Amino acid sequence: MDIFLQLLVSGIAVGGVYALIALGFVLIYKATSIINFATGEFMMIGAYFFYTFMVYMGLPAIPAFIGVMACAALLGFAVERLVLRHMLGQPTISIVMVTIGLSSILMGIAEMLWGSDFRSFPAIVPRAPLIVGDIVVRSNLFYGFVLAVVVVIVFALLFKYAKVGIAMRATAADQSASFSMGINVKAMFTLSWAFGAVAATLGGIIIGNIGGVHPTLGHIGLKIFPVVILGGLDSIGGAVLAGFIMGIIENMAGGYLDPYFQGGVKDVAPFVVLVLILLIKPYGLFGKEEIERL
Amino acid sequence: MRIGDFKDSYVADEAVFKTPTVRFWLGILFVALLIFPFVAGNYWLYMANLVGVAIVAAVGLNILTGFAGQISLGHAAFVGIGAYTAAILTTRLGLPFLLCLPLSGLSAAFFGLIVGGPSMRMKGLYLCIATLAAQVIFEFIFVHWESMTGGIRGINLPAPSILGVSLDNEFKFYFVTLAVVVICVTAARNIFRTRVGRAFIAIRDRDISAELMGINLFRFKMYAFGISSFMAGVAGCLWVNFLRTVTPEHFPLMESIRYLAMIIVGGLGSILGAIFGAIFMTLMPEILKNTLGLLVDAFPQAMGYLFPLQQVVFGLLIVVFLVFEPHGLAEMWRRLKDYFRLWPFEY
Repeated sequence: MDIFLQLLVSGIAVGGVYALIALGFVLIYKATSIINFATGEFMMIGAYFFYTFMVYMGLPAIPAFIGVMACAALLGFAVERLVLRHMLGQPTISIVMVTIGLSSILMGIAEMLWGSDFRSFPAIVPRAPLIVGDIVVRSNLFYGFVLAVVVVIVFALLFKYAKVGIAMRATAADQSASFSMGINVKAMFTLSWAFGAVAATLGGIIIGNIGGVHPTLGHIGLKIFPVVILGGLDSIGGAVLAGFIMGIIENMAGGYLDPYFQGGVKDVAPFVVLVLILLIKPYGLFGKEEIERL
Repeated sequence: MRIGDFKDSYVADEAVFKTPTVRFWLGILFVALLIFPFVAGNYWLYMANLVGVAIVAAVGLNILTGFAGQISLGHAAFVGIGAYTAAILTTRLGLPFLLCLPLSGLSAAFFGLIVGGPSMRMKGLYLCIATLAAQVIFEFIFVHWESMTGGIRGINLPAPSILGVSLDNEFKFYFVTLAVVVICVTAARNIFRTRVGRAFIAIRDRDISAELMGINLFRFKMYAFGISSFMAGVAGCLWVNFLRTVTPEHFPLMESIRYLAMIIVGGLGSILGAIFGAIFMTLMPEILKNTLGLLVDAFPQAMGYLFPLQQVVFGLLIVVFLVFEPHGLAEMWRRLKDYFRLWPFEY
């Protein structure tokens, strides 16, 4: 039972981070119908920005944090404006490949600028692990979880109440209607990329704080796909919920099945679940079913 | 200016080699390909073999993605299945190389059909993600089914032989690769002169309309997956017999992306494009390496930047081609040909 609880708790903690990254992903998909394969690389770049601000420039954690968010928004803006604006209306394969190309560029640039060594952040949170009963949670995982939840809540409030959030939701729901209501749809596209990039980079900082920073940090971004498919590609609430579910599934599968497969189950289990979802309920828990007409 | 390209029957319009000029130049190309191994060094023969394998795999992927419109992020996994099948059949059962070649293709096609099966219910992004899952799961199986695949240590093979001739160097293997490439390309070219190939294109352009015209979507999507992964399997068999070792590290997601990049840079939905793309994307890292090698005298640390530079150039090629030349090298080649054909006039 102890091991079950332990796995559950660390699953929830990781799930919080997944929820945050998936949120960034769904934001972009909902507004622009672009599936961003470079999410993982946005995370990686964000972690490196944070490292640069803290170590090279010696900023304290909070200003460094704000700096990263500004840079991320700028990155998202630039990517949308320079590349993806040209891809509007192109077939799926082109859009998928363009974001894959972007991810390759970002990975290469990161390695050129920061080298391929593992870096770790200076301590920004207390190191003592959190102990509740018999359950031990690593402190950086716990604080990462807290941060992720806070950011998700901020985003949720933004979408619910802020004018810009409502405009973005309107754009996602019906582009031409929002155009006629005076919403600047193109600006909303750019804005969702900026928001998406911010969410991804914050996730990257949390992941970097747990496992160190490396140009291949972005590979964890692949796990976003099982999460967003489970939640439904265009559902923000679904993405958050699915993030937690996938975190738990992954940890449970890893914890119980690893001895039989000599490790590695943790990385493949989400994809097995992904295949099952696609076979049973392709539009996920809360995704809107697409109805095609000629 | 060449004129008189005039046809008065459908047969003539559908001919593979449309004009005597085309036949002439193809003949020249074929002779050049046959002479090539006698003049080229081992390094270039090695690269030529790799290019050949890439062509077979890329043509296969282009049939599925470029012509039938089904995106696959798991092509490398099928190449891997072909390679593992060939390795296991050779080392366990001692089957000859020529038998392994089609068997590897069939085995990859079998798994291709399993992965393609769900394509009835999903398409576009969803299919793309499903094939991504297939790639990850197959990679896991390559690593963890140790009794069969040898785990991360992989499998080593003896040199293959055909009719008692051992293909133990790049020179001898080149002719095998060339033969397989010619067969695959010819087959692929001919698929698109038949009902099956036209059905693929109809499905790509608008699947619902295709269905309304009486095309059985499921059956033809299955054909596309089968043919594509068959070619991937054949490429895998060639690959493993050429390098004589196979490990899971050879077939990561990155490799699948590389195949996709080949057909994008070369030209989606064009056999010639797949060939151009395979050549270009296989040689590109080597060209970069040699260029950086020239700079080593001036910048001693230049080589350290090789890997990230390759990544940046790789990504840039994909992005730049998609934004500025979505039809790829094949389209540039066509324009170049048109320019010379019409010279000195504009059109």
